[in-house]
Amino acid sequence: MPLRTDIRSVMVLGSGPIVVGQAAEFDYAGSQACRTLRELGLQVILMNSNPATIMTDATMADRIYLEPLRAPVAEMILRRERPQGLLPTLGGQVGLNLAVQLAEAGILEELGITLLGTPVSAIRRGEDREAFRSLLGEIGEPCPASTAVRSVAEAVAHAGRLGFPLVVRPAYTLGGEGSGVARDQDQLVSVVARGLARSPARQCLVEEYLEGWREIEFEIIRDGRDNCLVVCGMENLDPMGIHTGDSIVVAPCQTLSGEEYHSLRRAAFRVIRALGIEGGCNIQFALAPGGSRYHVIEVNPRVSRSSALASKATGFPIAAVTTRIALGYTLDEIEQPSAKRAGCYEPVADYVAVKIPRWPFDKFALADRRLGTQMKATGEVMGIDRTFEGALLKAVRSLDLGGTGLFRRELAAWPESTLRDALEQPDDRRLFVLAEGCRRGLDIQELAARTGIPPHFIGRIRLLADLIREVEQGGLEGDTTALRRAKRAGFSDGELAAAAGTTEQAVEALRLSAGVHPVYKAVDAWAAGAAGGATGYYSTYEDEDESPRPDGHSVLVVGSGPIRIGQGIEFDYCSVHAAEELRAAGIRSLVINNNPETVSTDYTTSDCLFLEPITREDVREVIRSQAVSGVLVQFGGQTALNLAADIDDMGAPILGTGRRSIDRAEDRHEFDRLLDELGVARPPGHAACSPEQVLAAAGEIGYPVIVRPSYVLGGRGMAVLREPADFGDLAGAVDWAHPVWVDRFIAGRELEVDALADGRQVLVLGIMEHVEGTGVHSGDSLLVYPPQRLEAGVRDMVVQLTTRLTLALEIRGLVNLQYVLAGGEVLVLEANPRASRTVPILAKVLGFPAVRVAARLALGSTLAQLGLNPGLYPEPAHVAVKAPVFSWSKLPGVDSIVGPEMKSTGEVLGIDWHFPGALARALEAAGLRLPADGGTVAFSLADRDKRRGTETARSYAEAGLRLAATAGTAAALERAGLSVKAYRKLGEGSPNLIDGLAAEEVDLVINTFTRGAEPSRDGHRIRRAAVEQGVPCLTSLDTAETVLESIRSRRAGVTLPVRALQDYLQGGRP
Amino acid sequence: MAVGWLVLEDGTRYQGRLFGAIGRADGEVVVNLAATGHRETLIDPVFCGQIVVLSHPVVGNLGGYPEDLDSSRAHLRGLVVRQLAEQRSGSPQSLDCFLEGQGVVGLEEVDTRSLVRHLRARGSLRGVLSSSPEDMPERAPSRDWVEEVTTHGPYRVFGDGPRLVVIDCGLRPAMLRDLTDRYDADLVIVPATTDSRSILDLRPEGVIVSSGPGDTGRLGYIARTLGELLGRVPMFGMGLGHHLLAAALGAGAFPLPFGHRGLNHPVQEVASGRVLITAQNHGHALKECTLVGTGLDVTHRSCQDATVEGTRHRRLPVMGVDFHAEAGSGPGDGAGAFAAFWNSIGGEG
Repeated sequence: MPLRTDIRSVMVLGSGPIVVGQAAEFDYAGSQACRTLRELGLQVILMNSNPATIMTDATMADRIYLEPLRAPVAEMILRRERPQGLLPTLGGQVGLNLAVQLAEAGILEELGITLLGTPVSAIRRGEDREAFRSLLGEIGEPCPASTAVRSVAEAVAHAGRLGFPLVVRPAYTLGGEGSGVARDQDQLVSVVARGLARSPARQCLVEEYLEGWREIEFEIIRDGRDNCLVVCGMENLDPMGIHTGDSIVVAPCQTLSGEEYHSLRRAAFRVIRALGIEGGCNIQFALAPGGSRYHVIEVNPRVSRSSALASKATGFPIAAVTTRIALGYTLDEIEQPSAKRAGCYEPVADYVAVKIPRWPFDKFALADRRLGTQMKATGEVMGIDRTFEGALLKAVRSLDLGGTGLFRRELAAWPESTLRDALEQPDDRRLFVLAEGCRRGLDIQELAARTGIPPHFIGRIRLLADLIREVEQGGLEGDTTALRRAKRAGFSDGELAAAAGTTEQAVEALRLSAGVHPVYKAVDAWAAGAAGGATGYYSTYEDEDESPRPDGHSVLVVGSGPIRIGQGIEFDYCSVHAAEELRAAGIRSLVINNNPETVSTDYTTSDCLFLEPITREDVREVIRSQAVSGVLVQFGGQTALNLAADIDDMGAPILGTGRRSIDRAEDRHEFDRLLDELGVARPPGHAACSPEQVLAAAGEIGYPVIVRPSYVLGGRGMAVLREPADFGDLAGAVDWAHPVWVDRFIAGRELEVDALADGRQVLVLGIMEHVEGTGVHSGDSLLVYPPQRLEAGVRDMVVQLTTRLTLALEIRGLVNLQYVLAGGEVLVLEANPRASRTVPILAKVLGFPAVRVAARLALGSTLAQLGLNPGLYPEPAHVAVKAPVFSWSKLPGVDSIVGPEMKSTGEVLGIDWHFPGALARALEAAGLRLPADGGTVAFSLADRDKRRGTETARSYAEAGLRLAATAGTAAALERAGLSVKAYRKLGEGSPNLIDGLAAEEVDLVINTFTRGAEPSRDGHRIRRAAVEQGVPCLTSLDTAETVLESIRSRRAGVTLPVRALQDYLQGGRP
Repeated sequence: MAVGWLVLEDGTRYQGRLFGAIGRADGEVVVNLAATGHRETLIDPVFCGQIVVLSHPVVGNLGGYPEDLDSSRAHLRGLVVRQLAEQRSGSPQSLDCFLEGQGVVGLEEVDTRSLVRHLRARGSLRGVLSSSPEDMPERAPSRDWVEEVTTHGPYRVFGDGPRLVVIDCGLRPAMLRDLTDRYDADLVIVPATTDSRSILDLRPEGVIVSSGPGDTGRLGYIARTLGELLGRVPMFGMGLGHHLLAAALGAGAFPLPFGHRGLNHPVQEVASGRVLITAQNHGHALKECTLVGTGLDVTHRSCQDATVEGTRHRRLPVMGVDFHAEAGSGPGDGAGAFAAFWNSIGGEG
């Protein structure tokens, strides 16, 4: 069936900000959908609040709404744009839920809008646990005994019949949020209560817990003619009980017999056909130990994180094919753009792909790092090699965790009993613990029994352990047999060096002199069984290299790896644009990256994609093999930038800002010297190499000081010290290999600038203002552009300073600068000689292709040649506010206070003609539920904030809100004549604020206790209680005062009309 | 394990490590793309006399050779893999031991992807597995492989359904199991040399011509038998059996450059447009131009190279497909083709 002729325009729903459980995979899916729709000549209307995405780019859709992903807003857009179709299955759970709400409210029917692809009835049958269970019953597919409950009492009543242990799964939630295992009645009560609170449908499934069963997933595509195929079968290393998003996943399945595999495949088709899904979906099975029995666990009637992984592991573009199916095509009619053959084949691989989740526990030392049914990872990496062990080692390197590799020195010191316990109590170190167990020679069957990981995989790790022990004992000298074997198995030079007690450089030299290099093989969905147009490659130590090396220039874009706090999807955005601009310039574009979720690893983004770890060794080998004429390191975040020296050392040209400039900006000491030479003001500071030196420097500079480690992302290990005692919490979190910088903490307002330069002239793209003062990481701040409260003259000062600094640093391309504004003076905080988190925001708000221009500058063009004038880029008439989005509820134990170390996982943007409107949209998009008129705001303030906080509280009272406070704060507020409900101090009887939160008496918490990193502190407990209850908690008075503006304007009854980005950019301000 | 070599007739050499039986193995080198079911591949008579290269990189970890299989005979001559994994689960006999017992030479640690790419570019080649890079493959005259794999005498598998005679050209055990389990057919399996009178004497309600190794070239005797049966009994052919039926009607087959061997071959059902993912193991396909005048219509076509994958006679109750029409351990999408035949002879199920 060809394209439906009744559809001319389609609305696509995105998934909003990055949170745990929903990362870049939906930018990948959504971008593919938008591209496909436009290829088919359809008009595309896009709704997504996440500005860091490729899908919200001007070239992706005709009308882009950076608006909150909520049903009333979507309804307004639909009424305004009147599309004929709505595509619901590519925007993750958020997009799907939104589409179902719109359908159920009758809006689609009223407006004559067709829900494309999977019908809503199928979505409902797949998502509603009870309906799904009864469907499985009808078609005779086994599933765990379970019951859907709407109350704790109901759950307890059924527990006896089902028997413990039980797993509780809330309906319609993301990343297993709110789910958990209950081994007795007490646990059941608390898990169900939490689950019901998290489920938008107030429904939980209480289910028999299939402990120790294996978890198998299939990515399936079905079209309207009932053709079904499996894109990829994937096997979780980890058994049931660990969320698949937190599991190590292997594709294709490695340990299923033909009979097991095909019986699951047939079952999958029966279920998908019974549901009536049209497009891509995901089905999960539990397979009993021994393999004879299976249960259907769940179906996601949409594309998912797993489909992104399956697409990358096979080269099959699931989202593009799903989009075409939604528009009426059948699989046999769809030609694969990359392979020029029909879409109706089941990929087969002659390689193994391994996915490892990337957890944020390197930043959150005090978080609960145990793994369970609720996902905690922020991102993931994929390694591909011809064998499991090779792919595993690559994935480990790609995590960018520091350290040497799979066999971690720090675990070698663990006593055996600790190790054995850790095997049974899985946390993020599980794989390393298992590897250490193998290294110590523990029995494979015992390891399998303790971890639930199939013996096959443990056997392969054991093989690696044997190899590494040989290297530990025999070294690598002598003939090259040991080296060759270890390289073929997949070990990096670095890991071998650590084992042999030498340096990575020495191993590399040995390897080069022996002529041992990897070859590159195609990611080929036909296992070489058909001629293909593959564009993705992976390295392996075998005979034949099949990567194409055409004549002419090729340039490598170094990507940014997994999504993690501090380095998110924005750098993928930049990498994609850089690759596209290379193509536009007629240069062959190569990309190296290992994040399977992203657009940069889409096989159509570049001319040649290398799915490889981003390390010294792997990047250098690609450069060597491809004889590239240049390398771009300024678009892949800190990960790429940190490789500048290694790339420069081998004589490969770094295009744009060079190594010397990078060092001058990155090394705090050198940077300070440069500022000195230029006579530029900055807070006084010193380098320090030990805790003692930090305290000495602080004493000299005077408290408060701020401690900044070098070469880190997201302000890791950064902290404000108000007195020497504050340092106690921090000393252990700092890596003393690099000096830290200690400088005076200057209380003031922060400004952030992105600029472009060609070495002679500087274009200041924009000056952005942070709502929160210094001491809050820029990634966690509300950010306003253009600035709304800059004194006259400051703009010019900032532009001048930026120009001088940028020229002095000899920037060619992008640079990001941070300033503090204090006492009428502009002080420099730092310079980042690379693309930044805010570049996509400015690019969108201005409609200016910032990264593409930067790529041209890096290639040698001048601003003048590109028709651009130096100085400040004209500020627009509209205002944009970026709000951070946190994943507190997914990360038990993490303190929700904001500070110098970044904690947010994603961001949203609000745009309006006026600041209050932009702010309101941003806050709504961030999911901040502001209290309604007459609601209660509870204050709990640090002593130093009490005076200012009292005025803040007064403003809240004047805005129609009731005040509450903890004892000390209440006294201060009462002294100021405010009427306030006082809660007792924690530990001094009831009711305290936590009781108040539990009793749903409080709608907003404003808490500024800073010294609360340890879970026992009151501030931490209050913030955590707010998170558990889903009550918003603001931890900066700056935020609180700004949010109040939104509360006021809402009180004034202002409703905001929806506007597309194009409406703002084409002018016409009313 | 010792260093070993695969040498192709064009002189290309691949180094690896030997396992399985000691010695030398000569044969046509073919590629199997299946990602699962390698145990079944090893005992499929269709690979008789061949050296099979598995594109799936890791083999052997499941063990289980061959206790849970219906037939313990390996028909292939050699097996080439990227990685022979140690067996960690399943029943005790390992792949290594199984091949050794069956006299099959194995070669692991080979850059199989490079080999597959070479074979795809060059077409089918003969090769030799041995411990020496200097050995060259023997020239092999065309021969009747069916003779080697067909049953020595007739046997019965009782059932309550209609009686089917199965002409064994090298049938897969899975096919018989499927006919019994799913259709409860009353089966008589006969040697490929059985004449038409003996077959008719068994009073079958249908005849199945099984799949098997090689091509129709030296199997004129079977085609003749089938020719005599045309119009006297409904017939269904699979793989080689399909080509023999077509030959009986005057059609011809040609060697595919790379063969269709694997579990993921997409085939379109011409009438409905439905796509089936099928298990296939054949090196030849029917020449579409030779179907003219035979009365055969194309019912199935490959989505990959558009070759004929299934035919049906316009008047006579004769049909056949190139893919496995039983569920077995493959994807099973092709089972509808046999179901259509079964229904046409009045069977239930």
